[in-house]
Parts: sequence; structure tokens; C-alpha cells
Amino acid sequence: MESIQADRLVKAYGKVRALDELSFGVPTGTVFGLLGPNGAGKSTAVKILTTLSRPDGGNARVAGIDVRKNPDQVRAAIGCVTQKISVDPQATGRENLLLHGALYGMSRRQLRLRAGELMARFDLAEAADRQARTYSGGMQRKLDVAMGLIHRPRVLFLDEPTTGLDPEARAAMWTEIARLAAEEGLTILLTTHYLEEADKLAGALAIVDRGKVVTTGSPDELKSQLRGDAIVAELVDSQGIPQAEEALRRVHGAREITTAGRVLRARVDDGAAAVPAVLAALDAAGVKVGAITVARPSLDDVYLRHTGRTFEEVAA
Amino acid sequence: MTTITIPADVSTGRNRGSLLAHSAYFTLQSIRALWRQPLYVAVMLVQPMVWLLLFGQLFKRIVELPGFGGVNYIDFLVPGVVAMNALFIGAWSGTGFIEMMDRGIMDRVLVTPVRRGAIIIGSLSYNMLSLLVQGIIVFVVGRLSGATYPGGLPGIATSLLAAMLLTAGFCSMSNALALLLRTNEALIGLSQFLTLPLMFLSTAIMAQEAAPEWIQTASSYNPVNWAVVAARESLTASPDWGTVWANLGGLAAVALVLGYLGTRAFGSYQRSL
Repeated sequence: MESIQADRLVKAYGKVRALDELSFGVPTGTVFGLLGPNGAGKSTAVKILTTLSRPDGGNARVAGIDVRKNPDQVRAAIGCVTQKISVDPQATGRENLLLHGALYGMSRRQLRLRAGELMARFDLAEAADRQARTYSGGMQRKLDVAMGLIHRPRVLFLDEPTTGLDPEARAAMWTEIARLAAEEGLTILLTTHYLEEADKLAGALAIVDRGKVVTTGSPDELKSQLRGDAIVAELVDSQGIPQAEEALRRVHGAREITTAGRVLRARVDDGAAAVPAVLAALDAAGVKVGAITVARPSLDDVYLRHTGRTFEEVAA
Repeated sequence: MTTITIPADVSTGRNRGSLLAHSAYFTLQSIRALWRQPLYVAVMLVQPMVWLLLFGQLFKRIVELPGFGGVNYIDFLVPGVVAMNALFIGAWSGTGFIEMMDRGIMDRVLVTPVRRGAIIIGSLSYNMLSLLVQGIIVFVVGRLSGATYPGGLPGIATSLLAAMLLTAGFCSMSNALALLLRTNEALIGLSQFLTLPLMFLSTAIMAQEAAPEWIQTASSYNPVNWAVVAARESLTASPDWGTVWANLGGLAAVALVLGYLGTRAFGSYQRSL
């Protein structure tokens, strides 16, 4: 069974097609990642699935409910944590949780219990009665996520949950999200532009580019499609690129050779074993190499393969 | 604790019963936020006095002009200052919406089953309460400065009601503009553009007969003036209640129409997302 079904969603802002027939499905009880650079359409997809925005075309069901026909029912079934931390800074952590829960029509008693439970689980019990403006960024984010969970939603949307957090807070948030998925049996849709985050948390993911899903699968499946390691050589200057490319072609097993600036990339079966051969070939061609690195296939490589651009290029 | 509990009225999408409860939550949230910023509370409490004392001194001798009928200016000014407070409180209320939008709180609230009307009613009742507090301060300070209210308590209550209706209307307009413009700069710019002329095109601080004729005509279409006229009339020793009710009715109608448009503005906001 699928808890989220997006079916050829289209959304245009003026002439810009933010979503261009975006489709994907999320099985119940799994963590699904929408991975893509800023502006790929991830947040627009989340806005439509959470009923904040209406699609211009296509349709979607969340928790089995049609988002266009019954938005109020969808709203009762989902929790939503947006990109921006959205807690009321003047209210205490507890007050934030209580007000938010009250909007779902929870009873006072139910609400007090649940708020206490969530503050304990997110390590906010001690800070519960302090104003949220005194919280650190990581604590505010935790409170934010706790608010999204107050009414025990069936589906949780996390839109870039760790953007703006320092590495330590990010790691803590990852642990928390992984635990949520395992313990509460929630279906989680996570959007991110951190490859590492999608790799760590998502059971399956869709890579989104220019409003379309370009590929989908588990992180391992996607990486294993690539077969082999990436080898990246950075030349001292870009003049040697044509000769270097030519030389690399003659190295046994090197394939998918691409160049960008003074950087050469190729894929080989065993990176460590290929480095001497690559260096020898480049040396023989009279090309000066500044640095050479070998990397196991990463989602970055998957992204490069499906979109023709590296993730960093797009993010920059 | 693995069951999902969704109250029946929520899961059917019919949530009308909680409209008032939700409105009350938003009102209380605003009051709590205000209360935790003592500087704002101080400004809110002191501002009406400043206006009353400042204008009272500045225009003290204005009553010597024909048209005032030889009244004490402070008597004349009290209802005017209450209406001015109502106008400015209402006109600024949209900044609260903009803050909610900037903080992402608006979007977060809009993806809950809460009715849009509750957000508007919460804002209206918060601002009407603020105005009520300020209005009472003006009446008290006015009395201490020598103003008399021949209409007594019914007159004062009617004056405050008129001012609250005025605030409700401008509050809805300001909220609607906030949802349409979505930046504080645009909202404040437009509010300033509207509020000052509306204040001066009324009898808030100047008797009608002492103003040029075109201003007299303009002021008869100006809701700010309706609030001032209703208040001043109800504070006389023997009010003409027909005039009072006609003006109150006009204010209520404006508040309802603007309130409806304010709720509609959420549609425009959400379409822009």
C-alpha cells in the first residue's frame, strides 16, 4: 500500500514550470527522499501534497485521501515540518506544542500527555517552560518536529529538516528521524539537497531535476547501477585537457570520461588499482596532474549521470 | 500508544464547532506574546495619553474658532483620540500577519484543519481588546484633565463600541492587504497613505463647521468620522440615538464587508504559494 501517490503533478509560476509531470509513490511505513538541488521543485511538491498549494495539473493522494477533493481530511492526517523553523518565539516550548495540538481538536488531557511525551523524547523536558526564543537552532528544530508529531499523524513531511543546522545538531536530527521511522511506523517524506542525508535516512528516493523525477530507487540500487569507482584527476592547467582525455581513453577499463574546466572524470572497475595506470598514461601524454582522487560511487555520481551536471555545479 | 486518534469532527472536515475555540487560541497567543514584551505594553498604554495630552495642549485655543460652540476642547477631543487609536491599531494589525508569514507560522497553521476564519477572528478580537484598553485609558486620562462626559456610562460604552467596530474594519483591511502584499514595507506604506488623510478628513480633532466645505462632504463618507460622530453624540446629555445607531450600523456594515474580504484574501495568498 502507498501512503503518498503523486501522479503527474504540474505547477507553473508564470512561465516557470516548477513541477513538470512529477510522479512518485511512497509505500506506507517507509522513509522516502526527494533529492535535488534548490529550485528543482521539491518544496513545491511538498506544498501541494500538504494542501498548502493547489496543483495546476495532475493529482495526488496522501494517506489514501485526494488532496484536491478533501484537503481538510488530508490536513488532519499529516504532520508537516517546513523548511523554515516555524515556532512562536514568544511562547514556551510547551505552549507551542499545546496550541498546535489544539488546532487538531485534541482534548486537553490527551494533549498534555502527548506534549510531555514528545518533549521527553526530544530532550526538551528541561527547557519546556522557557520561551522558544531562548532555544538554540537545534532545539528549535526539535521543537518544530515535535509540533509536527503532536497529533500522531500518519504521514510526516520533513522539508529540508537539517538545513541551517550545525554538523552536530544535524547528526542528532538524523538519529531522531531514523528512530521515528522505526518506532512510530510513520510514513516520512523527506526533501533534501544533502546527498549524505538522503543516503543515510531514505529507504528509497527519487532524484528530482527541473520539476521531474529523473530516477528512483534505493540509494544502493542507484549507486550499484553505476558499477565501479569514480576517478577524478585535476590538472595543473586546462590546456592539457584534450591530450589528457585522449590518453585516458587508452587506459584499460576507463569509461564515461567527462571533463569540466581542468577536471577530468572517469569510471573504472577498481579505482585504487587504476590510479597508477592513469597517472602513467597522463605523464606519457605530457600532462601535469595537480591532484587525483578515487571515490566509491556516491549519489552525486548518480545525479551527474542522470542530469549531466554535478550536484555542486547546480548548488553553486 | 500506536492508535491514531483523529476526532470525528476533524476527520470529516466539518470543524465549525471549533471555530470559536480556535479563534480564542489565536487571541490568547497574541495577548501572551504582547505581555512578554513589556516595552510594547508600555508603549501601548502610554501612547493614547500622549496623543490626548499633546493634541489637548497644541489645539487648546482652537475652540475659539466658530463651529465649536464654545465647548471645552478636551471634551471635544476625547472621542476623537479614541477613534484615532482605533484607526491606527487596526491599520497596523496586518504586520502581525506578515510576521506570521515571515516566520513560516502562517503556512504551518494553514496545513492544520483550522478554519481561516479563526485566524481572522483571533486577530480581530486581539486588536479590539487592545483598543478597549487604550480607549478606557483615554477616557480616564481625559477625566483627570478636566473632560466631562454628560452621556455617562452608556455614552462611554457606546463610544468604545463605535471605536471597536472601526478597529475591526481597519484590522480586516490591514490583514487583507498583508495577505496580498506580503511585505511590511508595502503594507506600512499603504497604511500610512490611508490613515493620515482619513484622520484629518474627519472631525476627530477639528469641528466640522470649522473645516472647508469639501472636507465636510468627504468626512460624511469616512468611517473614522462615523465613529467620532456616534461617540460624540452618545456622550451628550441627551443623545439623538437615531444618529448614533445609524453611524454604528454603517461601521458594522463596513466591518462585515472588510471581514469577508479579509477571509477571501487567504485564497489569494495560498494561490501565490
